[in-house]
This record gives sequence, structure tokens and C-alpha cells, in this order.
Amino acid sequence: MTDIFEKYKDKLPGAILEEIKLESKSNELTQAEIIRALDESVKEYEAALIAPGEAIGIITAESFGEAGTQMTLNVFHFAGVAEIQVTRGLPRLIELFDARKEPSTPSMEVYLKPEFTANEKTIRRVASFIKEMKLQEISSEISLNIMKQSVDIDFNEEKIKLYGFKKEEIIEKVTKDLKNVTVKETKKGITITSNSEEVNLSMLYKIKENAKSVLIRGISKITQVLPKKEDSKYVILCAGSNLKEVLNMKEVESKLTTTNNIFEISSSLGIEAARQAIINEALSVIENQGLDINIRHVMFLADIMTQTGVVRGITRGGISGEKESVLARASFETPINHLIDASLTGELDNLKSVIENVIINQPIPLGTGLPGLMSKMKKEDKKGAKK
Amino acid sequence: MIDVFLNEAFIGSVTDIHEFMESVKKQRREGIIPTNLNIGHDEGLNEIHIETTKGRCRRPLIIVENGKSKLTSELITKIENNQITWEELTKQGVIEYLDAREEENAYVAISEEELTKEHTHLEISPITILGICTSLVPFSNYGSSSRLIRGSKIQKQGLGLYAKNFLIRNDTDASVLHYAQRPITTTFMHDIFNYDSRPSGQNLTIAVMSYEGYNMQDATILNRGSVERGLARSTFFRPYSTTELRYSGGLMDQIGIPDKEVKGYKSEKDYRHLEDDGIVFTEAQVGSEEVIIGRTSPPRFLGSLEEFNIAANTRRESSISIGEETQGIVDMTIITENEEGNRLIQTRLRENRIPEIGDKFASRHGQKGVIGMLIPHIDMPFSSRGITPDIIFSPHSIPSRMTVSHLLEVLAGKVGALNSKLIDATTFDNPSEESLRKQLLELGFSEDGKESFYNPITGQKFDAKIYTGNIYYLRLKHMVANKLHARAAGRVQLLTRQPVEGRAMGGGLRVGEMEKDCLVAHGAALLLKERFDSDKTILHICENCGMFATYDYFKNKAICTRCGSDTKVSPVEMSYAFKLFLDEIRTIGIDSQIKLKDKF
Ligand SMILES: [Zn+2]
Repeated sequence: MTDIFEKYKDKLPGAILEEIKLESKSNELTQAEIIRALDESVKEYEAALIAPGEAIGIITAESFGEAGTQMTLNVFHFAGVAEIQVTRGLPRLIELFDARKEPSTPSMEVYLKPEFTANEKTIRRVASFIKEMKLQEISSEISLNIMKQSVDIDFNEEKIKLYGFKKEEIIEKVTKDLKNVTVKETKKGITITSNSEEVNLSMLYKIKENAKSVLIRGISKITQVLPKKEDSKYVILCAGSNLKEVLNMKEVESKLTTTNNIFEISSSLGIEAARQAIINEALSVIENQGLDINIRHVMFLADIMTQTGVVRGITRGGISGEKESVLARASFETPINHLIDASLTGELDNLKSVIENVIINQPIPLGTGLPGLMSKMKKEDKKGAKK
Repeated sequence: MIDVFLNEAFIGSVTDIHEFMESVKKQRREGIIPTNLNIGHDEGLNEIHIETTKGRCRRPLIIVENGKSKLTSELITKIENNQITWEELTKQGVIEYLDAREEENAYVAISEEELTKEHTHLEISPITILGICTSLVPFSNYGSSSRLIRGSKIQKQGLGLYAKNFLIRNDTDASVLHYAQRPITTTFMHDIFNYDSRPSGQNLTIAVMSYEGYNMQDATILNRGSVERGLARSTFFRPYSTTELRYSGGLMDQIGIPDKEVKGYKSEKDYRHLEDDGIVFTEAQVGSEEVIIGRTSPPRFLGSLEEFNIAANTRRESSISIGEETQGIVDMTIITENEEGNRLIQTRLRENRIPEIGDKFASRHGQKGVIGMLIPHIDMPFSSRGITPDIIFSPHSIPSRMTVSHLLEVLAGKVGALNSKLIDATTFDNPSEESLRKQLLELGFSEDGKESFYNPITGQKFDAKIYTGNIYYLRLKHMVANKLHARAAGRVQLLTRQPVEGRAMGGGLRVGEMEKDCLVAHGAALLLKERFDSDKTILHICENCGMFATYDYFKNKAICTRCGSDTKVSPVEMSYAFKLFLDEIRTIGIDSQIKLKDKF
């Protein structure tokens, strides 16, 4: 049995082989029938392959371009519903394909391990440990005490109680974060004094400003959390993204947790994950807009963006700026810069791609312009007569 | 304390906003301070702004005090009897003008019934929310707003009697509709603007049905019989003018039939319409590129030799001829002088425009479409009363656009036409559908406006009853005769050697960036090459240095002026635009060389 499938290993992808294996077992096919099914599959598979010379790049571009004209511009459908606002539609697609370092609305979906999803209370507790909380949020007043040369911080008692903070804990965090300061407990909160010998007002002011943004609890950059039940599974939606830190939490199910920041995925999970993330994000936008773009176009685009091992956007700083041909680069954006740069290094344009050949009006190396005709010259044999 | 600004300049501050604002308003209403002053409290910034500058949009509203309109019934009777003017009403503090900022602080009631104590103003009439063009749409409260906007835009493009003195005017692109009619279904705005004396459409009999597929999408079918009887005909006027310019050295243009020796002389045939004074005679039928005003100009540049030889042959021809693919009848010629005292000749061409396939028509409800077919009268469907419609309108144009007003106008037009009465269908104040149906029933017609129609070819009755009636239709200024254009080979630009642009120049139709993408996506490489070879040239390139070589036509040989005659020079076919591109980047100091390689 297995050796039949072994034979077809090079001809069909594993997923298809696996499917035929399962189906043949459940339908109790004979050896001959399995071979026939495999042969038919090979035929179908080969017929579905793209023909050499197909202009896949431009077809992908047009597949997105045509649908893009119908996209409604970032309409917010969830008015009144507890949701975290996420950029969607054309703006999201543009920032995705441009490979912006930071999405305009970074967001995460954090899933928890089953043992932590028992009740809503634990989930809320985990969520509160994810949300970034700064000293400013739990204090009612932060003021400069010029007489004592110190920064006095009064706590908001309600919040301290609500989140269960201990003063020692806060003092430790502040001392560690601000450096070279002494933090002492007061009646209402804490007071910070500098350890340096010379203390002036501007220095004190700096301490005050820095103290405001001391991270007391949570993960930095995550500004908002929203626990939500998503078909029997609990998920914490986060505004802001910090994948590395979130994955370090023991409560988090790392297999399911995602972010919409492609670069974070690329740096913490690798380029293959980034490729899949690009596909998922693009498809979710397309689906959200009620459009239908074949997944192969999305996959092709993701492949191109990630093929060098780093995420590159379709911009003049990314893929379009790395084209081999000078003319192709110049015809995209900022032509003069490209021409000057090319002239400095004496670049040679081999005119091998499409745009260059359109410019010089030669057949493009695509479709009917791709194949050439080679004829074998008849060799004269020894006697001099032609064969 | 709240800061007060007068025309964006700080003038002081007040403590009691309410008291201050009320006192300003009171004094304005009493005429103590100018009535063109407006005051507004910006709640966001907590500032009071007083404006007296020009350029603010202001609109009149009736003042309300303690929930009572200041425009009393007593005053209304006075207005009706012409005893009081608008001016006096504003002076008496009955009506005041608010600008956008003051309106933010006002609470305006739409009708008198809904007035409460909080209201500060009352709308003069709910229709003041609509503009002039929008008010011209009948039953517009039954239509969707986007269609209403389109409908009011379309009315500006409708042909009609645009000015009563059109016969002595010389407007560019002017058209006058023949037999323009007042609409049966009118609004109050038609009366106010005296629309009846300058109408811009005709009342047509419409049948809402599809017929032979010629009215699919937004096309409409017109009855050729109606068109032959003069429906929607128009006259198109096209002005031409020229001056006899004076140049330095006492030289000047001369209007007259050019001598044969003149540089650029066309042909005798081209000047045949000119009278002895060089100007075309009125009522002459002129065709494409024929001369209507003959003129010669002095030579452009006087060389030192030619200065002594100012003979007739050095003058150049500079006649005014009409454009390509245009024709017409000379309608009027004016000979006068311009400000500089030069002789000015103005001529106007007239052209009769009969509706043809592709001409644009529209109702007043944003339902625009082009003529898909002109069907002979005998082939038009007819009703059981023997009525053939002028226009067949597709029912598929209705559901997605929800122009109920269009359908109601058909009904109202039918009632009006049968009753010989005008129907007032002003927005928010028009006859109900029920009353129209009732009147139609009383007139002996089916109350739903539908009638039995017969197939003109087989004589059989259509299964469906056809909705038919009268509707006001506009012929829009976009006419096929002004737009139809195609070309094969023709003029090219001097710089790029690519075809010129534009219909008037006889230009080409551009295969643009996206059209190019389309051909690339199909892999049609050779078709793409053929489409883009309008500027192809053969250039000789030196294989040694990669620069363009010079072709010596005397020796019939190409030589590289840089490397001498020993190097190999090969002819290469490429687009002229690329050659130009290489030349241009050389001007910014970037050298470019072409390396040649044998293809096989
Ligand atoms: Zn050379």
C-alpha cells in the first residue's frame, strides 16, 4: 500500500496524497483503483499548474487593484459595541503591503491556556496584568515640592485597592526604573528625592515627568484590553502590541496568540510565520469588505514580500526599489534619483523584464513574447551531401 | 470672564454671556447697531465672536419670542396686499439674517406648529433647505437625496432657451432647443424664476417598458416619427472671430481672399465661400476645414535680404477655417473694431442638431441616459387608444435608484395633460398619489396609470400592462456630433513623434498605463508592441561606443562621429520616445550607451 503512495511522492503534494490515502481507506478501494485515482489526480494537478510565461505579477496587481476600487474607506461598523478599533479596508491593505514598521492600530488577540479560562474572574485578572499601567494612572496628584527638593506623589486610594497594589511593590518599581533616586513612603503615597549631590529645579522636573510613565504593572505598549468570549473560547483583545512579552506570560497559549504587527511576528516567530500573518491579515481585510480575491494572489504577494528572509514592502524602499533593471526602477517612483544612482555605479540594464521592453518598444518576455524559435542547422556529412 | 472678539480681534471680556448676547441682538433688531452684524458664542473655545466682515453666508429666519412667531397673521395679510415690503420686515425685527456661527446658537423650528418656548427662530418655509435647481424637481420629497442632487445638476445641462437675445449673442458652445415647452408638472420655483419664458425641455409621452433590448442599461428608445416631427431638435451655435492685427514697421494683417502667391495658400476650392471682402457670405453651407474668413499676415521673421523685397509672396496665409469634422451654416457676421481700434470680424456658425443615437437625455430626477435606438413610428408599440409613446424608458432604471418622484411625475403629467391643467408638485406640498389616481379614474383611464399596449409587428396585445404618461424631458448638451472621434494615422507631436492629443487636433486615442497592463496580463506581447510603435524609428548605433551614429545620406552610410569610420554601425529599431529619453538624461549629465548583441 504505502509504496504506491511513495511512488507519487514527487508528483503530488503531501496534503493531496494524505487525502487520497484517507479516502481510499474509507471507501475500500482496490490497488488498481487507487492507482487510477492517483493518476487522475496527477493529471488534474498538472493541468492546474500555471503555464510558463503567465504574467502572474500584473494579474495579482490587477486582482487587488480592481477590488480596491470597491473598498469602502475605513467605515466603522461597530459603533456602540464594545470593540477595539482596528484599521480595516484599503488603508489597512496599503499599510500591510507597504510593510510599515508599526501598524496604525496595533492590536493583539491573546488566547489563554485552558486552565486559566475557568471563569471570567481569572480572565479579567490576567487581562489586568497584560494592560500597561503607569504610575500616573494610579496617582491622584503628582507635584513638585521645592522646599524639600522632592517629587510628591499622592495615590488614588480607590484604584490602589481595586488593582491590589502594595506600596512596597510600587516603591521598588519606581526606584528601579528611575535610577539614582530614593523613594520613601508618605501618608498619601510616596515621595521621590534625587541621590545626586546637586539638585536643581529642571532636574526635579525631569524626575517628575519620568515618574509619570513608570510602568507599575502590565506589558508596555498595550494600552487597552478587552476580554471577550469567542465561540466558547475566551480571548483577550488588546489595543497595542507586544508579542514577545505576552508570549513570555505563563497563562498565555502561545500557539493561538497573534498580533497584527508583521514585524513583531517576523522577529519573534520567524519569517515563515510572518508570511502566514501577511496572508491572514490580507484575507481578513478582503473578507471583511465582502470581496473575493483568490488566495493564490495573496500567497504570491506574501512570498514576494518575505522571500529574502526579511519582510519587505512593495515600495520604492522595498521590492520595487530592488529591481534589477534601472529603467524599471526609474519608471516606478522618483526617476531622477534612480538614474543618478545608476550612473554613479555604471549600471547595465539587460532589458530582461517587462517595463523596459515596453519603453524601448520591443516584445515583452511574457506570453507570446517569451518563446523563441531555435532551428537546428543541418550538418554536412563527410561526403559533402546534405542529409 | 469670557473673551469677546470683533472680526477676530480681541476687544474685551464680559461676565454674563447670556445678558451680553441678548442685549447685542436686541439692539441689532431695534436698528441701533448694524443689521449685518452677527454674534456667536463658541462653546468649545468659550469665546464670543462678533462678525461684521463681508463674505459670510447669511440666511433669513423669522424671529421667535416666547414661542410665538413675530410674523403675525396681521403682517401676513399686509404682505398679501402688498402693504409691506421685505425691507420693512427686516427693519421691524420680524426677520433677521443669521450667519453660520450665530446659527449654531439658534434653535430653529421648521413649522409654526412645532414652536416651543425654547425656539429662537422659525424657518420661513421648509423648502428653503433646497436650492434653486433642486426646487425645480417635482415631487422631490419622494426621491432619494443622491438622485435629487444628480437631478438638479442635470437641469443645468439641459438645452433650452438660455437667453432671449440669443440671436444677437456670440456665446461659445451655445445651443437653443426648438419648441421648448413649460413642464406640465411644475413647482413654485418655476413661477418665481419665470421658467415659462425660458423653458429647457419638452413634455414627452413615456412608456415604461423594455423593447427589443435597445433600452438596456440606461439607454432609451426614441420614436423616430416624433423626432422627424421636431422632437428635441436644437440649434448649435459656434462662434469664430479674428482681428486685423498691426505689427511693428507699419505692417498689418489683411482680411481678404489671399493671393495665390501667398505662402501656405490652400486651394481655390477652400476659399469658394468668401465674398470679395474676404468674409464668408451668410447662409453659406460650409464643411470640414473650409475657410470662413480669409486673411494674410506679414512674414514672421524678416531676414536682412527679405527686408528689401517685401513682395506679396512673402506674406503668409493665416485664414480662419472651421475645424475638422465640423460643418454648419453661416448664421451671422459682425464687422466691428476692438479696443485697440483693429478691425474685428466675428462670425457665427449654426448647425441643426437632430437627435441621433448616443445623444443624452434625462428627466428631472437624475434618470439620465443616451438614445439606444430611434424606432420608426410604425414599429413603436401603441396603446389601445392609439397612442404611441415618444420615449421608451427601461423599468430596470427604477428599483435600485428608488426615484419614486420620476414615476409620480409620469402620473401627474398624465393627469395634467388630460385635464389641460398644470400640476403643482412643489417639494413637501404636492398632490397625493391617491388624488392623482382618483382624477385619472374620473378622466376614464385606469387609475394606476397603466394601459394595454400592442406589439406593432405582430399586432398582439402585450401580456403586461404598460405604465404610461407624460413627463418633462431634457435634452442635455452632450451630443454625439461634438464627441464622435476616431483616427488611423495622422498628425504627430514634434517633440516625441507620438500622435497628438484631442479631437479638435485629429488626435489619437491613448492606450494608457492600465490598457498596457491589460495587454501584458494577457501575454499579448506582439499586439502590445504593435500598439506602441506609433513612434518607432530606426536609429544607427555605434557598436564601439554605444552612441547614436550619423547617417550620411549622400554616401548612404552611417558613421560614428566619435569613433570614425572604422567601427561597425548597426541599425536598431526602437521607440523615438526612448531615444528622446536617452537624450534628456544626457542633458542632466548622465551618459548612456547602448550595447548591441546579435539576437540569434
Ligand atoms: Zn562610436
